[in-house]
Amino acid sequence: MAAAATFLRPSARAALAGVWLSVWLFGAAAPATADPLPVFEVAPGVFVHAGRHEETDATNAGDIANCGFVVGDDAVAVIDSGGSPIVGHRLREAIRAHTDRPIRYVVNTHMHPDHILGNVAFLPDQPDFVAHGNLQAALAARGEHYRQAFDAAVGAAAAAEVRIIPPTLAVADRLELDLGGRVLDLAAWSVAHSDNDLTVLDRRTKTLWAGDLLFMERAPAIDGSVLGWLRTLDALAAVPAARVVPGHGPPSSPWPDAAADLRRYLGRVVEGVREVQAAHGTIQQAVDTVAADEAPRWRLFESYNPRNVTAAFAELEWE
Amino acid sequence: MTTPHRTISTLSVTALAGAAWLCLSGAGALAASPQEERWDLLRDMYFSGRTVEDAGPLLSLEAPKRANDAAVVPIRIVTAPGSGVQVTAVHLIVDENPVPMAATFRFPHGDSPQAIDTRLRVNAYTNITAVAETSDGRLLRTTQFVKASGGCSAPALKNAQLAVARMGKMKLNLPDNIVAGKPLTAQLLISHPNYTGMQYDQLNHYFIPAHYVKTVAIRYNGAPVLDVQSDISMSEDPSIHFSLVPEEQGTLDVTAEDSNGRVFQESWPIRANSGS
Ligand SMILES: [Zn+2]
Repeated sequence: MAAAATFLRPSARAALAGVWLSVWLFGAAAPATADPLPVFEVAPGVFVHAGRHEETDATNAGDIANCGFVVGDDAVAVIDSGGSPIVGHRLREAIRAHTDRPIRYVVNTHMHPDHILGNVAFLPDQPDFVAHGNLQAALAARGEHYRQAFDAAVGAAAAAEVRIIPPTLAVADRLELDLGGRVLDLAAWSVAHSDNDLTVLDRRTKTLWAGDLLFMERAPAIDGSVLGWLRTLDALAAVPAARVVPGHGPPSSPWPDAAADLRRYLGRVVEGVREVQAAHGTIQQAVDTVAADEAPRWRLFESYNPRNVTAAFAELEWE
Repeated sequence: MTTPHRTISTLSVTALAGAAWLCLSGAGALAASPQEERWDLLRDMYFSGRTVEDAGPLLSLEAPKRANDAAVVPIRIVTAPGSGVQVTAVHLIVDENPVPMAATFRFPHGDSPQAIDTRLRVNAYTNITAVAETSDGRLLRTTQFVKASGGCSAPALKNAQLAVARMGKMKLNLPDNIVAGKPLTAQLLISHPNYTGMQYDQLNHYFIPAHYVKTVAIRYNGAPVLDVQSDISMSEDPSIHFSLVPEEQGTLDVTAEDSNGRVFQESWPIRANSGS
């Protein structure tokens, strides 16, 4: 939470040469070699790396979320850059193993560190960093916290390369990115998983990148609004996609069936918290009981359900 | 700056109106635990020159061992005044936060036991400290260590736009069955973003100044029930559970003022069943 001092003008492209917060002024020399991330071609020209269902630690170096890229005739768009500079470098190597077209866009589906800390690896490509209009403000409030958490989890050496890259292209509502014979439709959503969720639809293959609006297998985290998330899932169900790339889970899955588990879980949280509140129960009572029977269905459930119930409790008592 | 957990040297000192920021350097650390070192600093800052004793049974503090959500950490403090000793106030401190003093609760009825529930923002692994003031001028301290939650749980607003739209709205939650003369627990909620001064306004490229609920005065039939002084370590939409002894007919009045001088007021009638 330190360092209020040195904000560079975020609009300027030149900001990419600098950094957001002064405390992150470290050298960022790319490693000489990085192992390419294993990626899976879920549709022609659409490549996904599936992150592990773990918390960030020194062994996985933040490789805990899905990330990938879409290749057009003229250019490549990265969609989420991975949970560390190292993962970002490895993703870049994977791209280079498949195409030599320029990387023109790095799309961040939202603010969470496991999706954006790889951005720094793409600075040499001078891409546009594309994000929801709220992302920059959200990161300003959390960036230093994320950096410290990363340092604690992965270590000082890896953290030294961490930079928060401000978006150069903010999406207020909708945006089309033309990769050459291939158009990506970006959509900015109102508060749901976070207050800056952005989805990407590849028109050619009807592949929807949902970011963390879709968790599969791994317990979701509510960092926005549980009611907003349920509403957004309703709207997303109408997106004419054949398959979806979740923020966490398998590389791809049929849409909209893939959202069934998440909808059920979020519904249980809302229902359960409302019951506790109707009986004048406390947050701790809610944490101990709500959605408990969902435990066997999700990885890392014990780490995220208490937090989700707490957040939902604070949200729902204003209904 | 190679070990950010120990060395925080770049805190902005001027950003927050009326809030004291701590600059703590880990250099030259000696044998004492980091928590105790930090406490020494806080004690000098908030209770300069006074002795602070262990609280013993007069004061207890409940906090989760791990903060499930860093923005909403539920805390409970309970006072147990003894014969001849009143507990007139409790200070609640989040040791490692940039503005550690979260709130001070002043009890007009220091001779009777008081229970307060509230919610705090927790920045990092930290001690949470409660310090009671007694009518005979003693300071009594108790602490609980709280582990911060995972990497993507930050002590920040979840929905910045909504927090502003709803600012100043209040809610009072009462038990279903209220009996005259019997203490009840009520919950007061005040909608307010409680800006920390660390949130960034993207449109205008500046840090939104700290803007938070500063005082809350709770009155029942004109008599003081609880007075609260609070700061940015309180969660957004501050929540306070407090106790009250109702009469058959009564009115609860709440006046809150924020750091911009905005005053919010609301009243609720409370009807109780006859106690006999
Ligand atoms: Zn996320």
